[in-house]
Amino acid sequence: MARGPDIDVPTLREFRDIPAIQEGAMAHLSPFVAKPEHQEPLGFPGELVDNWQEKAIDKMGDLLGKYRALPVFLDSCVKCGACTDKCHYFLGTQDPKNMPVARQDLFRQVYRRYFTWAGKIFPWLVGAKDLTKEVLDDWYKYFHQCSECRRCSVFCPYGIDTAEITMAARDIMDHIGVGQKYSNEIIGKVHTIGNNLGLPTPALINTLEGLEEDIEEETGIAVRLPLDEQGADVLLVTPSADFFAEPHVDGLIGYAKVFHQAGIRWTVSSHASEAANFGIFIGSYEQMHKVSNRIRTAALELGVKRVVFGECGHAWRVAYSFLNSLAGPWDFLDPKYPTPQHICEVTYDLIQQGALNLDPTANDDKVLTFHDSCNVARGSRMGNIPGGQFDIPRAVLKASANHFVDMDPETICEKTFCCGGGGGLLTDDLLELRVKGALPRMEALKEVVETHGVTHMAAICAICKSQFSKVMPFYGLPMDMIVSVHQIVSNAIQLGTKE
Amino acid sequence: MGLVTVTYALLFYFAALVLVVGVGAKVYQYAKTPAPLIIPTTPAPTTQMGVVFRMAREIFLFQSLYKANKWIWLFGFIFHAALVLVLLRHFRYFTEPVWLPIALIQDIGVYAGFAMVFGLGALWARRFLVERIRYISGPSDHLMLALLIGIGLSGLNLRFLAKTDIIAVKSFFLGLMRFDWQPLPGDFTLLLHLGLVLTLMIIFPFSKLLHAPGVFFSPTRNQIDNPRERRHLAKWAAAIGDAGKD
Repeated sequence: MARGPDIDVPTLREFRDIPAIQEGAMAHLSPFVAKPEHQEPLGFPGELVDNWQEKAIDKMGDLLGKYRALPVFLDSCVKCGACTDKCHYFLGTQDPKNMPVARQDLFRQVYRRYFTWAGKIFPWLVGAKDLTKEVLDDWYKYFHQCSECRRCSVFCPYGIDTAEITMAARDIMDHIGVGQKYSNEIIGKVHTIGNNLGLPTPALINTLEGLEEDIEEETGIAVRLPLDEQGADVLLVTPSADFFAEPHVDGLIGYAKVFHQAGIRWTVSSHASEAANFGIFIGSYEQMHKVSNRIRTAALELGVKRVVFGECGHAWRVAYSFLNSLAGPWDFLDPKYPTPQHICEVTYDLIQQGALNLDPTANDDKVLTFHDSCNVARGSRMGNIPGGQFDIPRAVLKASANHFVDMDPETICEKTFCCGGGGGLLTDDLLELRVKGALPRMEALKEVVETHGVTHMAAICAICKSQFSKVMPFYGLPMDMIVSVHQIVSNAIQLGTKE
Repeated sequence: MGLVTVTYALLFYFAALVLVVGVGAKVYQYAKTPAPLIIPTTPAPTTQMGVVFRMAREIFLFQSLYKANKWIWLFGFIFHAALVLVLLRHFRYFTEPVWLPIALIQDIGVYAGFAMVFGLGALWARRFLVERIRYISGPSDHLMLALLIGIGLSGLNLRFLAKTDIIAVKSFFLGLMRFDWQPLPGDFTLLLHLGLVLTLMIIFPFSKLLHAPGVFFSPTRNQIDNPRERRHLAKWAAAIGDAGKD
């Protein structure tokens, strides 16, 4: 397995020219395969089933009838090439199978062979292929070199979203017994323990109490971080990394201070102590539903009026775009607020109302930039206006800090580059891919570091934060450059002046 | 009634049937397949009217392609815009009397023929010259361009060099439409042009030309960004939801 120093870190491209292709450049890399103990609790076969080929084709047919996107995307591609230079994994690895269209074609070749007349009669003409073991191996490798970030879908003239193809391929592979260990093990933990990191309730209580003490020590103000508090107004659902990892935990402290100053009664739930929903990564509606339903149960049990999500990219996509479908209707909550809400929306609204006292000079030691997380940017919204997902976090940052600079416009907002660790790839067995996939973001960041003296990059995604902490040192950037948006709010908020 | 006329007449009926039934079946498949989750590529419009405008920008201006690559956009746009004019120009062979707008675009339609061949040629050149696009191009991608260029060149040839009895050609098509067959001139360029068009009609529903109906059904483009306001639930997904709810 690739270890830190052995990774051939790509050199920054001076003029962002599109790299030449290098066939097979990443053919050696695939993530650990799930063991039966990771597969079976999710209802998937433990290992490759005997009639896997037949099962896989059946599953493909099943999915083609369930998701309109699949037949439309598989039929519509004209191989125009618009997407070929858009994927961060292609730019960082040069492997042509990491070009979105080529990745889709791994799936499309099988679709054509078994589901289209042209592929059945003239396979050589339309690039149709039997689903052989080699094809399956390619699937496992390259559908785990896609972070489902949707950047390609922005540029496709037909809106073809490779993420949808990747999800379908992973779902099919799970159903024949070839799952990915990292994602499936984590989903298992959510079901048995309640969160991705496997933090049991006593540990959660300890952590939250410890944080209360830290805040009081630092500010002299008693700020509560309640767990399972009946009758709270807000249920906060946040990624479990917020409970202990850096810089995530500083964000959690920020949310607590915001709720405190605004006088909002809130609580975390031990039953739904995780915002992440890896069901989306493996393309499983069933798992997404099951994981989402914990939030419904928690909201009902605790009798809350609002559900608010913490800083987590894919969790916000699932929450914003899918939660109503998966675990709605939410008619038992307060209709004055949208369900769910993002913590940035909450903080932004409070700033608008003048309910928070923020002193931006508290962050004068920093020059900030903002990394748009892919799922937030291209798969969700904040506020009432399209693009609010770009403006609201920036407005929160600018209200909390005086020095803010955006990166190259070609690398932010809807064109943002994935951190390189999204989509279920945030695992050390894929570290080489993660380092290489971070290239475009690192280039844009280094540019503002050099031209504007940027010292910190804020993000609103637990995966982005963990990924950047890990890979930035490979590019000669300090790991503590990455900060939470609510960490900046936390620094600026003047406790004891409003409440 | 010669063999050529009978063959082409039957082939045109057959090709028209394949085109209509084939594309119809695909459209039916796309329309009836549920879209269980809301997946517009955001920022996306929050109203139906907004979606209509977004789709219009995609279909008439190729907005996303413009963001992606100015060369592909330019050549692709030239080809498609020219194709529309060329197709409109050909309406005169199917209408009697010829509609006024069709009569008015006859000249520009001829220029469009050249533009169409130019756009196609440029797109084809990219398939050889750009390494990434060379990698993703298969035999069918090259053949499709060859077919379209063949149609364009044979058509231009008919207009300028190997002129045919165009009045007779028109009677042939009007005859086809009225089920009153009239003889088709037998010159090679005409038969080649029509033969290539027949091929295109027949392969349409089985090829990547499905991008034409497909784009209208693309959920990342045609969905409204309103998931918090409205609950979307496909039938099969509802069954999972009900089973899992306590």
